Amino acid sequence: MSLDAASLGALAVGDVVAERSFTLTRDSLVRYAGASGDFNTIHYRDDIAKAVGLDGVLAHGMLTMGLTVQPVVDWLGDPGLIVDYQVRFTRPVYVDADTGAVVSVTAKVGQLDAEAATARIDLVVTSNDQTVLGKAQVRVRAA
Amino acid sequence: MPINPELQGRVYEKTPSYLVGREKIREFSRAVFSTSPLNFDVEAARAAGYADVVAPPTFAIVLQELTLQQLIGDEDAGIELSHVVHGDQRFSSTRPIVAGDELTATMTIASVKTLGGNAMITSESRIEDLEGNHVVTSISTLVVRGDA
Repeated sequence: MSLDAASLGALAVGDVVAERSFTLTRDSLVRYAGASGDFNTIHYRDDIAKAVGLDGVLAHGMLTMGLTVQPVVDWLGDPGLIVDYQVRFTRPVYVDADTGAVVSVTAKVGQLDAEAATARIDLVVTSNDQTVLGKAQVRVRAA
Repeated sequence: MPINPELQGRVYEKTPSYLVGREKIREFSRAVFSTSPLNFDVEAARAAGYADVVAPPTFAIVLQELTLQQLIGDEDAGIELSHVVHGDQRFSSTRPIVAGDELTATMTIASVKTLGGNAMITSESRIEDLEGNHVVTSISTLVVRGDA
């Protein structure tokens, strides 16, 4: 079932439509590197990450962007209902070799246009109690 | 080496066509922790009205990656990969990408700004099918850190 216009129209600004936490490990980064074709070494080698001034290996920004929209996809029931998606990368997500990292997402209604059956969903994305994405907004439409 | 300010407005050559594979979509979907049946199951995708499995919202990055390689590989641009940080990213879609699509990407450098020793390069890659119909535009700002 995908989101219909009536369900979308019944929402109010501020409503939480989805929440989910993801545990990232070094394996997740290797898997994403292969799937995306982004083999930048700062995502799997601590020595190189440190040499360029980082604290260590960090997640691909695009991995964070890619997974944080998934709770919205599940809520919509159809990835094709997302018409626009943007984020600003504000803070790196460091992924510890032993303990990994947890990324938490809360998706809220930011704006509603019941007549056009569209909405803007705002994502609050944190890791280690700090916001890692800014202006993370998803434009969705009803089926 | 400083970033070439004349990059602004430059349009790069259209990439060779990229055939979107079903298994590539599944692989990418697993990598972004998708649990949507439409990303994996052909029957579920067909029942929802698609020709084949549907790509996740950020899949167009695979196509954009091809255009960014053009930019990084352009010696005249003056960009060193180790100095590049991703600033922001946006995808504006006309329709989702599905397995079987043959797509090209054409990158335009929308702006080049310098700010306190860093350069910010915003590129727009128009991704279209072989008939020239728009599928998605991928907009990316790269921050190239200065040598200081």
